[in-house]
Parts: sequence; C-alpha cells; structure tokens
Amino acid sequence: MRRPRAALSDAGAFRPTVAEALAGLVLVLMLVAALWPSLLAPGDPLAVSHADAFQPPSPAHLFGTDESGRDLYTRVIHGAAESLRIGVLATAIGIGLAIVLGFVAGLGPRWLDFGTTRLVEVLFAFPGLLLALLFIVVTGPGVLSSTIAVGLATAPGYARIIRSQVRRTASAEFVEAARVLGRGRLWIVARHILPNVTAALFVLATLGLGQAVIWVSSLSYLGLGAVPPAAEWGAMLAAGRTYIANFWWMTFFPGLAIVASAAAATVIGRGIQKRNRSAA
Amino acid sequence: MPGNRRWLLLRAGGVVFVLWAAATITFFALRLVPGDPAEAILGGPGSQAGPEALEQVRREYGLDQPLVVQYLTYLGRLVTGDLGQSYSLHKPVATAIGEQFGATLTLALCSLALAWALACALAAWSVRGGRVAWAIGSGLELVAAAVPHFWLATVLILFFSNTLGILPPVSVPGPLGIVLPALTMAIPLAGFLGQVMRESLLTAMESPFVTTARARGESEARIFWRHTLRHAAIPAVGLSGWAFGSLISGAVVVESVFARQGLGRSLLSAVQLRDVTLVTGIVLVVALAYTVMTLVTDLADRAIDPRTRAVTE
Repeated sequence: MRRPRAALSDAGAFRPTVAEALAGLVLVLMLVAALWPSLLAPGDPLAVSHADAFQPPSPAHLFGTDESGRDLYTRVIHGAAESLRIGVLATAIGIGLAIVLGFVAGLGPRWLDFGTTRLVEVLFAFPGLLLALLFIVVTGPGVLSSTIAVGLATAPGYARIIRSQVRRTASAEFVEAARVLGRGRLWIVARHILPNVTAALFVLATLGLGQAVIWVSSLSYLGLGAVPPAAEWGAMLAAGRTYIANFWWMTFFPGLAIVASAAAATVIGRGIQKRNRSAA
Repeated sequence: MPGNRRWLLLRAGGVVFVLWAAATITFFALRLVPGDPAEAILGGPGSQAGPEALEQVRREYGLDQPLVVQYLTYLGRLVTGDLGQSYSLHKPVATAIGEQFGATLTLALCSLALAWALACALAAWSVRGGRVAWAIGSGLELVAAAVPHFWLATVLILFFSNTLGILPPVSVPGPLGIVLPALTMAIPLAGFLGQVMRESLLTAMESPFVTTARARGESEARIFWRHTLRHAAIPAVGLSGWAFGSLISGAVVVESVFARQGLGRSLLSAVQLRDVTLVTGIVLVVALAYTVMTLVTDLADRAIDPRTRAVTE
C-alpha cells in the first residue's frame, strides 16, 4: 500500500517534504496578511488615484493597479482576511453540520441512522455548486448567503466520512472495554470516540478549506457573493474580468492568491493525513 | 441471478426515492423564498408584476389551494415532465432545458475524454520517469486540482488568445470554439484523476501479476500499458459519477466565462434573475442525470470487478 520511498521509520520525527515546507510558508504568509496586513502592505487598499489607473506590474506597483489606480498588491494582501474568513466560516458551517449528522447517524438508533443516511444521500444528488445555487436563489445573493451556501453544499461529503469514522471507532475494542467497565454513553463519546474522530476532522477541515476558498470565490466571481470594490479575491477577479483583454494583471494576481492558498491547504492536509495513518 | 436482481431492484428503488426527495426539497425551496410565492415565481419583489399577472400565476399554480394539494399537483406535473413556466425566458422550463442540454453534454463529454487522456499521460510519464518526473508530476497534479475554473479560463485565454492568437477567447460555433472551455474543465479533473491513478499505479506495479508478466518475458512498455495502467484505472473509473457531477457544476462557471450556450449558463442567469422555476427545473434535471449516472457507474463496477459483488447486504 505504502509507496516505496516514503520511509515508515520517520513517522515519529517531523521532517517536512519540500512541498510541505513551501505550503507551510505560504500559509504563514497568508495568516500574517490576514491578521496584520499593514506589515506586508502599508498602503490603503481603497486609495483611489486616477492618474495611476491600469499600471502594469512594476517595482512601484508589484501587481500593477486597477481601473481606479488602486494598488493591486495592497488589495491582494488586504483581501486575505476577508477571503480566508469566508473560507474558514464556510468550512466551519459545513463541518459543524456534518458533525451533527455524522454523530447522529453513527451513534443513534438504527432508524435514525437510516433516516440520516438517506438524507445525506438525497443531498448528494445535487452535485457541487448546485445545492449552493439552490440556496442562493432562496435567500438572495450576498456574502453571508454564499458562505452558508458553500457550507451547506460541502456538509454531505463530510457527514459521510464522519459517520464511518464514528462507526469504526464505536466498534473498536477499547470502546467495548469501556462499555464492559460500565462507563456511561456520554463518557464513552467524550473520552473515546470524540478524540479519535478529531484527528480525522482536522484533516478534513484543512483539505476542505482550500475547496471552500475556491467555491466562495467562484460565487463572488459570478456576482453572487462579495461585490466590488470589496478587497475580496473573488470580487477582485470579477472586477478585472471586464478588462481581461488588455490588463491581464487585474485577474492574474488575485487568482494566484486563491490557487496558492488552496494548494497550500491541500498539501498540509495531506501531510497530516499521511502522518496520522503511518502513526496508527 | 436472483441476488443480482434484488440488488438492482433495491438500487432502482433508491433512485426513485432520491428523486422524490429532491423534488420535495425543490418544492419547499420555492415556498421558502420570502414574500408572496406568486411574486417569487415572477422574479421576486423587484419584478413589479401587475395584479393580473400575479392572479394568473396564483390560479395556474393553485396557490390559493392548501399546501398538500399544491404539493401533490407539483409532483403530478413533474411526473408528466411539466416543470412549469420560466418567467425570464417566456417559455416552458422543459423546453428551455431541452434546448441547452446538448451543448453542455457535448462540453462535459469532451472534457471528460480530455481529462482522461491528460491524467493517463501524466501518470504514465511521472511513474516511469524517475524521481524528478515523479516530483514534477505530483506537483502538476496538485496545482491542477487546486486551480479554480474561472482563473484557469483567464490564464488560458491570455495565453492562447491574447499571446498566441490561435484560439478564440469566447466560444464560437465549430470545433475550435470548444477547445478552451473543454481544456478549462479537463485540467482540474485530470489533476484529481491523476492523483487517484498514481496511488493505484504504484500498488499495481508491485503486485504479483506484473512480476508474472515480466517472467513471461513481456516488454516493459507492454506490461505498463496492458497490465498496470488497466489495473490502476479501476478506482478512477469508479470516480466517473463524481466527475460528471463536478463537470456540471464547473459548466456553470466555464460557460459563463466563455459566453457559451448551455445548461450551466442558463442556471447562473436564472439564479441572478431569481427565476425560481427555471432554477428548480434545471437542478432537478441535473439531479436526475447525476443519480442515474451514479447507478450506471455502480453497475459497471459490478460488471468489471467481481469483488464488489460479494459485499452486497
């Protein structure tokens, strides 16, 4: 099963691969950009200067400027907070919902498991963005509704994984032992099942974050989420779309930020997953 | 085989159940739109529909009837293929979908074929090409899988249309117009397929049947294309149902970027115009196609791989 070169011996020691180190660096940069944007870009992301409109990338404007002469580098850095907040919130909503569904199905009585599993199956029939779009048409577009929509659309996938994880843990020998020892249901859930599912949840959340950032920014790009002039990456891309033929940097750099954070989250998530598996 | 027939019946029953539940969800989605449902059908409060138009919609949809009656009428109409009337297109939703379905299906199939070709080529090259090829291959797959459609479309347009000038930036009729949209949808999918195939390629390369083939004196190339790749493709084939779903949702973005006709673009404009009947209609048709597709994939899996037959309930 294991690939030949991934040595099992270093499961204990933390030795990141080149890709993981790079991904970690990107995530740290994004985090700094989200928490202290002025550290990386001291300028004002909304400062308009019509004389500097549509400047190509140069030392003065690393990523160029947009139609109002706003510095795109500053905007991408300041956009990190909004984009990541939306991504994290969407992931949290998705996983939160999935935890409820997954635990109810995994630990509840048989009929409840049956019902919940069927519900998840039905939600699965609306692939990808479809469930999100259905939600948005009911609530109307906007940042909040697109965030909830993405959370809702990702929940069924997480729920399925959590349920099987809960089931597997619940039938493990140590849980049986605890039951024999006369421990209460809640105690078993809190002490044995939850900690064992948490590791998997963490991986899911990291992997899901990248996907959520992409989906939410897709919705913004389509004009259903954050709207310009907000410095959110998807909205910036949408604004640049009009000028794509002549001013490529307006769409290229915000998109690069999205790709970088999504890929970094995926690499880190996979890394943790691999180590979890070889440690087990 | 009686076991097989029972499995098929159970699965078909499951499909019917899922479709019924999906229809129920869309029915209530329509009722959940805040405000007057008649107004929602005509595009929400911004539509400024006149009292006569509202009255007509109320009569047509039976909105003055109790909810149960409305629900049963809705289901009855769906069974006969009546998905309602689209206010923004001024035509029946079923007709509108019929007009758009072919374009999206063509795009999805082209993308799927292209994605498979890309994934196979990349996996074949990177597994056999040593450490450097491995690192480049897995890196490419990772980035491909993380790239959002709208950005990839932008980059492809910049490169092929603006710099090289060999392909049109918007979708034009004819085979040239489909190249960029299909490529945009195929690259992320190829990334996913490639990642799955790489894992199973490695497993396959170390399995006994490869050693046997080698002992028989078959050439390395023949072993790879005939045995290893075939074995490795099985899990990726199982993903085809999922791939179809992701292609449909990708079509929403890609068709809009390239101004290409199709179901995805109709869905987006329906969401923007809050044409609820059109949205629910398209969503239901896609759910139907997706569910049937998943069933077909499972059937194919059972036919190809005997191991799956042993584990039915």
